[in-house]
Amino acid sequence: MSNVPENAAAEPKKRGMSQKTQKTIVILVFMAVPLALLLLFTYIPFGKMIQFSFYNMKYIGKRTFVGLANYKQVFKNKELFGSLVVSLYYMGGGVVQLALSLLFATMFVFKVKGEALWKACMFFPYLICGIAIGFIFKFFYFHGYVLDTILMTLGMELEDLPLWLQNTSINNISLAATSVWRYTGQQTILFLGAMMSVDTSLYEAAVLDGCNRWQQFRYIILPSIKSIIVLNIILCVSGCLSAFEPPYVITNGSFGTATYFVKMNSVAHETQKVGLASAMAIILLVIIIAFTVGQQLFFKYVFNNGTDSESREAVRRKKKEEKAAKRLAGKGMRV
Amino acid sequence: MIKTRKSIGGIIFDILKYLILISASVVAVLPIIVCVFTAFKTETEYQQGSVLALPDSFTYLENFKEAVTKANMLRCFANTMLVLLVVLTVSVFISAMLAFILNRFTFPGRNLIHSLFLFASLLPGIAMQVTIYQIMYSLGLINHLYGYMIVLYGTDIISIYVFLQFFENLPVSLDESATMDGCTYFGVFFRILFPLLKPAIMTTVVLKGVSVYNEYYASNLYLQKSELRTISTALYTFTGPYGSKYNYICAGVLITIIPILIFFLIFQKQVYSGMAAGAVKG
Repeated sequence: MSNVPENAAAEPKKRGMSQKTQKTIVILVFMAVPLALLLLFTYIPFGKMIQFSFYNMKYIGKRTFVGLANYKQVFKNKELFGSLVVSLYYMGGGVVQLALSLLFATMFVFKVKGEALWKACMFFPYLICGIAIGFIFKFFYFHGYVLDTILMTLGMELEDLPLWLQNTSINNISLAATSVWRYTGQQTILFLGAMMSVDTSLYEAAVLDGCNRWQQFRYIILPSIKSIIVLNIILCVSGCLSAFEPPYVITNGSFGTATYFVKMNSVAHETQKVGLASAMAIILLVIIIAFTVGQQLFFKYVFNNGTDSESREAVRRKKKEEKAAKRLAGKGMRV
Repeated sequence: MIKTRKSIGGIIFDILKYLILISASVVAVLPIIVCVFTAFKTETEYQQGSVLALPDSFTYLENFKEAVTKANMLRCFANTMLVLLVVLTVSVFISAMLAFILNRFTFPGRNLIHSLFLFASLLPGIAMQVTIYQIMYSLGLINHLYGYMIVLYGTDIISIYVFLQFFENLPVSLDESATMDGCTYFGVFFRILFPLLKPAIMTTVVLKGVSVYNEYYASNLYLQKSELRTISTALYTFTGPYGSKYNYICAGVLITIIPILIFFLIFQKQVYSGMAAGAVKG
C-alpha cells in the first residue's frame, strides 16, 4: 500500500534502523494486542464451542465424548428447536420497523417543522439500557397499568383486555413491539443519513419535471439507498433469529416467549449443559451464515444489486478522497 | 427546500404528516414519561391514583433515595464510569493502531487478518459467552473489574471498522512526506495521523460508549459480587425485592437513563452521525 521510496528515505538521519525493520516492528507491536484479544475471545472460544458440542459436560468436572448426540437432541427436542418459530414474530416486527423508518426518514428529507424534536423523541429509546427497557415495559403492559389505562380511557373494559405478557396468543407480539419501539428511531437516522447523501439538485430537477412525492421517493430516494436497505434486511433476519433481549429481561422466557437464545442461555448457565448449549450455538450459527449468504445471492441476482451500487460507491469514494486530500494539503502547508 | 403550491390536497397531506410525526413521538416517549410520573409518586398516590395521573409534586424524592441506597447505585455508577473510561481509551488506541497497519502496510497474512475480523462480526455474541465464560473462569478473571474490561474490548469489532473506513480517506502522501523528513512510523501514527482521527474517535466513543454503558449480560456473568456491579446490573437487582413496586423501580430506571439523556442532549449531532457511520458495516 505505502510505496515509500525506500532507498531515498532510508539514508538521511536514520539511527541504524532500516525502514524495513522499523516497519516490521510497527506491524508486530500494533497488531499484538488486538490479535491476541481476537484469538482469546473469538477464535479460541469458537474452537472450544465446536469441541464442547461433542461432549456431555459441565463447566467443571468430568467430560464424556458423546459424538453427535447433542446435535440430535437439539433437533429432536421440540422445546429447543421449536423456539426458533418465536423469531417469526420478531421478523414481523422487523418488517413494520423497516416500513416505518423508511416513512419517517423520507419525511425528514423533505422539509418538516420541528425536525430536531421529532428525531430526538423517536431516537432516544435506542440509547436506553436493555434492563431499563425491560422494566419500562413490564410496567407498561402490567395488568391494569399504563397500556390498559390508556385503552380504558378510550372506552374499553378492563375485563376484555388480555394479559399482554402472559396470554400466549399475544405476548410475543407485545414483546416484538418493544423491539420496534426501541430500534425504529435508530433505523430512521440510518436511512436518513443515506438519503441525505443524494444530490439535492436531483429533487429540484424532479419537481421541475412535475414529479410528485411518491415518484420522487420511488425513483430517486429508493434506488439510492437500495444497498443499505438490503444490508438492513440481512442484519434484521440474523438479528431476529438470535433475538434475546426482550424475552430475557421482560418475561424471562416464560409463557412461551423463550426464543432460541433464551433457551440456550438457560441450558448453558442454569442447568450447565455446556455441550448441548454449544451444539445449539453452532446450529444457529450455521443457519445464520446460510441465510446471510443466501440473501446476498438472492439480492444480487434479483435486483442486480452488485454492479451499479458498487460503481456509485467508487465514484463517491473518489470524490471524498480528493476532498480530503485537498483539505489536508492545505493544512500541511501551514505546518 | 422545495416549495409546493398549497392545494387542498397539500394541506391535507401536511396535516397527515404532522399527525403521524406527533403520534410517533408520543408513542416513543409515553412509556418513559409515565415512568417519570410514577417515580415522583408517594406510596398512597401510587396505590390509589391512576397510573397516568401527574404526581402531586415533582419534589418528592424519597423513591430516588430508596433506590440509590438499596441498590448501592452510586458505587455501581462509579464502577461503570471507570469501566467506560478504561475501555474507551484502550479501544480507541488499539483499534486505531490495528486499522493503521492494515490500511497502510502490505505484509503476509494481512488479508487473513482482515477476514478473521470480518467473520468474527458474524458470530452472535451471546452464544460465544458460553465458552468465553469457561475461558474467563480458567484465567481467574471472574469477579474482577479488569476481567470485565478485557472482555469488553476483546469482543470489539466495530471500532476497528470505523477506523479502517476513516484511514481509507486519509491520503498516504501525508505519511510519505513525514517519513521523508525522518519521522519514524511510530511518529507518523502518533504525531501526524492520530490527531487527524478525531471524527473517527468521536464515532467510536459514541458507539462503544453507549454499548458499554448499557451492557448487562457480560456484567451479570462476570461481576457477581454486589460491590462490583455496573449501573445496568444494579438496576436488575430491583426485580426481586420490589416485585411490582413500580414507584421505586421507575426511580431506578430514571437514574440510569438521566446520564445518557444528558449525554445525548449535549452530543446529539455526533450521536446521529456516529450511528450512521457505525451501522454501515455493523
